[in-house]
Amino acid sequence: MCQACGCGDTNIVPVSLNERILAANDRAARHNREHFRDRHVSAINLMGSPGAGKTAVLEATARMLGSQARIGVLAGDLATDHDAQRIRAAGLVAESITTGTACHLDAEMIHKGLHRMPEWRTFDYLFIENVGNLVCPAVYDLGQDVNVVALSVTEGEDKPLKYPTMFQKADLVLLTKIDLLPHLPEVRVEAIRENLSLVMPVPRMLSVSARTGEGIDQWVHWLEGLRVPRPCEHVIVGAL
Amino acid sequence: MHEYSIIQALFGQIRDTARARGAVAVHRVTIQIGEIAGVEVELLRTAYDLFRDRTICQHAPLEVEAVAVRWTCPDGHGDIKRGHALVCSVCARPARLVAGDEIVLKQLELEVP
Repeated sequence: MCQACGCGDTNIVPVSLNERILAANDRAARHNREHFRDRHVSAINLMGSPGAGKTAVLEATARMLGSQARIGVLAGDLATDHDAQRIRAAGLVAESITTGTACHLDAEMIHKGLHRMPEWRTFDYLFIENVGNLVCPAVYDLGQDVNVVALSVTEGEDKPLKYPTMFQKADLVLLTKIDLLPHLPEVRVEAIRENLSLVMPVPRMLSVSARTGEGIDQWVHWLEGLRVPRPCEHVIVGAL
Repeated sequence: MHEYSIIQALFGQIRDTARARGAVAVHRVTIQIGEIAGVEVELLRTAYDLFRDRTICQHAPLEVEAVAVRWTCPDGHGDIKRGHALVCSVCARPARLVAGDEIVLKQLELEVP
């Protein structure tokens, strides 16, 4: 009731909150992150435009790293499970997350995806292949350790300036399809690097071609730097 | 079009706050959106108008405060000028983002009986 005169009118009360609107997603992401830490799984959120070559990079990663590390993939896709099928064909464990009309993955979808892929606990690396989109996925924390953005040479030099949020959050940019560079005289890798330095405080970029395998060794080397050593879980004591 | 899912999350927060305080209506919603938050304010307004019908926010205008992006030297050598590389020009350390990525519910005006 009105405190001033007791007239019975309702009060309008300002309430300061200063809460992140995506606080519920942040909580779910923290929960995922704890799971990954507990199980010594390096989680990589792989983002990029549709057709940037995310799935092809995962296939190339499987070829080079698949025999030395346990790798799984949660593949976000609007309508099909083609990406997950391709990744399984490359020898990795994969599950699709079909998002319908949603343009991004959120932390809750990842959590549900993990329930459908119980083997995740044994992975060295869990790749989350996000929905192809340079805007929306950047806004949602999934509980990943790192963000990697695939940017193909055919997308042009100025994508980092047009989509600063995405690149600002990237720990690494993978410049993909570099085998096409000879056909694209107007695309200068140095200009891409310069543009990245305007939106990324630590502009790390590796150039790769999933087709020829060029640069994949450096990408794999970068991944190995993320790897969390797993403590020895089974000690064989005095076998008879 | 993640603006719709952001507005859904916002309505969840508003409902929870209103319920906890016994409010019967919301008179104003104030949010902050950073310049590089990755959110399109016009789409956010459209989504808000679509969702607020027949809710506690039916008559509550949405105030959006824009927050400019600000990068600064982590060692206190000052802000990075717009259009420059995101490293300190004095010590070369990578800049730190101090403002501009906000997606924040700042304030509600609640009608409390």
